[in-house]
Amino acid sequence: MSGNLTIYLIVAALVTFAIRALPMFIFHKPIKNRFVRSFLYYVPYITLSVMVFPAIVLQTGSLISGIAAMAVGVLVAWFTSNLFLTASTVCVVALILELIL
Amino acid sequence: MDKKRKSADFFRGIRMGIPVMIGYFACAIALGITASKAGISPIQATLVSLLLNASAGEYAFFQTVLTGGTYIEMAVLEFVANARYLLMSCAIGQKTSEEVKLHERLIIGFDLTDELFGASIAREEKLTFAFYLGMMTVSIPGWAFGTLAGTLLGNVLPTVAVIALGMGLYGMFLSTVIPAARRSKVLFFAVVLSMSCSLAFSLLPVIRELSEGFRTIILTVGLSTLFALLFPIRDKENGEGGDNA
Repeated sequence: MSGNLTIYLIVAALVTFAIRALPMFIFHKPIKNRFVRSFLYYVPYITLSVMVFPAIVLQTGSLISGIAAMAVGVLVAWFTSNLFLTASTVCVVALILELIL
Repeated sequence: MDKKRKSADFFRGIRMGIPVMIGYFACAIALGITASKAGISPIQATLVSLLLNASAGEYAFFQTVLTGGTYIEMAVLEFVANARYLLMSCAIGQKTSEEVKLHERLIIGFDLTDELFGASIAREEKLTFAFYLGMMTVSIPGWAFGTLAGTLLGNVLPTVAVIALGMGLYGMFLSTVIPAARRSKVLFFAVVLSMSCSLAFSLLPVIRELSEGFRTIILTVGLSTLFALLFPIRDKENGEGGDNA
């Protein structure tokens, strides 16, 4: 490495912190504008959906185990809304199929 | 908020944070392996994880150190890898209870990750500081110790186990968006369309060459704008649960 690790870390930490903390620090009052409020209401669901698929099916060694794990995860989440149960079912299905396939 | 409610909320946060901790531990192992390849000591790698709390951001960090990039490069790469948090930070700012003080907002911001963001959104009530602190209490050590474990014994653990544990984080995302899609027709449509567009973006020539972080930002801004225009939320509600379905 050519740079100083401490300086690298300070730069990276400051940039990361600024991006994450400043918006919620600055816009701490409830926003009145209906469009902006609607936009921010949809952001979480849309961004998490974009991040989860297709990444989830590409994570495992084979496409089949990824798709199966996702399908089971969707079903468990739909019927139970339980975070821990969904996360662990996805893990177990992926593990079992990865071992078999 | 009285003390009793605060501590109840803190423990609810811990409970919510436990699956995150397990998933983080697993994911951070892979990161620890990258760190040791970049010539970073276990202690240093753990410190990086404690300060950055980011997967893509830390991966970019270790790569930049490995290739000896400039400090400017480091700043730009970290900005790109974390830019999606600009939007999440705005969104969670609206979800956060007004009782949460400004310095507490900075602490939440310090550990604003995809998973804790998802868990905060999954909660029906407004986000409180005690709840978030509870999640941080278990998830930060999970991430840091996972990184440490990765640098020390990453190559000992079977790959299958690491992959399976890492899948848990995606399971968490599912448990945030799927129940919401069940609750509301508009959100159902939003989730299906987002996933379809995301798949298309990962396959289309030129677009698929963009980094994953950039694709996420483009889709999030584009689709959220579309839905905000087509299905604005009801006025009386405070950015909560309202849609016209």
